[in-house]
Amino acid sequence: MQKYSIFNLVKNAFSNHENWDLAWKDPTPKTEYDVVIIGGGGHGLATAYYLAKEHNITNVAIIEKGWIGGGNVGRNTTIIRSNYMHDDNALFSEFGMNLWRRMSQDLNYNVMFSPRGIINLAHSDAQMNVYARRGNSMRLNGIDAVLLNREQVKEIIPMADFSENVRFPIFGGLMQPSAGTARHDAVAWGYARQADSMGVDIIQNCEVTGFDVSGGKIKGVRTSRGEIKTKKIGLCVAGSTNILAEKLNMRLPIETHLLQACVSEPVKPILDRVVTFGAGHFYISQSDKGEMVMGGDLDGYNSYAQRGNLPTLQHVLTEGIAMMPFLSKLKMLRTWGGIMDMSMDGSPIIDKTHIEGLYLNCGWCYGGFKATPASGWTFAHTIAQDRVHELNAGYNLNRFSTGHLLDEKGLGTKTWIS
Amino acid sequence: MLHIKCPHCGMRSQNEFSYGGDASVKRPELNKEVSDLEWDNFVYNRKSLRGKHWELWQHLSGCRQWIKVERDTATHEIFKTLKADQEIS
Repeated sequence: MQKYSIFNLVKNAFSNHENWDLAWKDPTPKTEYDVVIIGGGGHGLATAYYLAKEHNITNVAIIEKGWIGGGNVGRNTTIIRSNYMHDDNALFSEFGMNLWRRMSQDLNYNVMFSPRGIINLAHSDAQMNVYARRGNSMRLNGIDAVLLNREQVKEIIPMADFSENVRFPIFGGLMQPSAGTARHDAVAWGYARQADSMGVDIIQNCEVTGFDVSGGKIKGVRTSRGEIKTKKIGLCVAGSTNILAEKLNMRLPIETHLLQACVSEPVKPILDRVVTFGAGHFYISQSDKGEMVMGGDLDGYNSYAQRGNLPTLQHVLTEGIAMMPFLSKLKMLRTWGGIMDMSMDGSPIIDKTHIEGLYLNCGWCYGGFKATPASGWTFAHTIAQDRVHELNAGYNLNRFSTGHLLDEKGLGTKTWIS
Repeated sequence: MLHIKCPHCGMRSQNEFSYGGDASVKRPELNKEVSDLEWDNFVYNRKSLRGKHWELWQHLSGCRQWIKVERDTATHEIFKTLKADQEIS
């Protein structure tokens, strides 16, 4: 594999950049692999990369129905953070933050990680108390958190609505200065390129049609490009989890819902942080191209459409305008939707299953992108060692039966209430 | 935008409704001995079908009645609506 460097850039300039190696190959599936990862999104690609890098397992295939990075890793709002209160979430996410910080060097691919900080706005005294508690929990877990008062918030984001007679006045906010954003496509491509260079087969346009299970053990997977023998399968298919679970006669605490995002026309730099509205569900940042990147609530009903409806978009943008009135002057450039694997307690699942050799990675709800490296790392460990790592022990599947829910936001069983 | 035909009020905009989830889920019979798995299936586990899906909606900003709606989760097409006490056919 050619290293991406200034020297190679200059060298290739002499041949008009026509002689660069392909970033990854397009192999024909072999008949047998040690591990098959289903789903060529961020989590699947990261899992294959860490299987090869950390566990020396390179006879691995990634099977993707469409093209790599065409699902949620290419559809998110690129926010990276670890501002969680519960230990299981906080330690997992902070482990991920450390992977993010050196990802561009690790992958030899510029993922444009930009630790610009995230501010969660508070709109009442009670909310300030809640944020103080969350901030203290974060600091106890070694995560940076700063509680800001109204004046401090105003200094950082003066364009927000600080007038007196508003429905949701800004009382202050909780800031995680080390949070930020990254270039989402680059994350998928960077992991793909490195995994490929270590021997992983990335097989695109290959749909899973069934599984070979006998005696409670995985024997192989049937695909639109033939049967593949394997003893270990990692399922990383986000919103399509239930479709594949049905082929395995499994019922999971997951519902597939639609989440929209949108960007405005590009404007000059105005917002250099990620900001979330505290009296609803709205978040915003500005991309390097100048577009305001915005998102919020689920559309609110089961959906596989990858395409949303206007009422939710209107609702979300109303919140945005309440928070930052200047947004009303902007034209909308694009809107899109992705399908989320909403778990019943709002937390993910990375675990073994009752079928030997079948490993599950799902339930990412709104927060899949930032978890990409930590999810890949812990899932690779779970697959390679056939046991969960302490970092993902809290993300077990049986917590729903035993009552040990990981309810960071207390959403309960109504995944569409947020 | 979805248009849902409330069996009580007629065709209305999606804005008047709120969602209530899979309508095929049945609560285990009262006072019956229930296994953990049955209870999990009632409380947490969902099929979350791709395609035709029977679901509960409430006509919150209308007659406030709960209704059943058969909708395609891939195309958003709505096929049929029933009153809450009518059995799914």
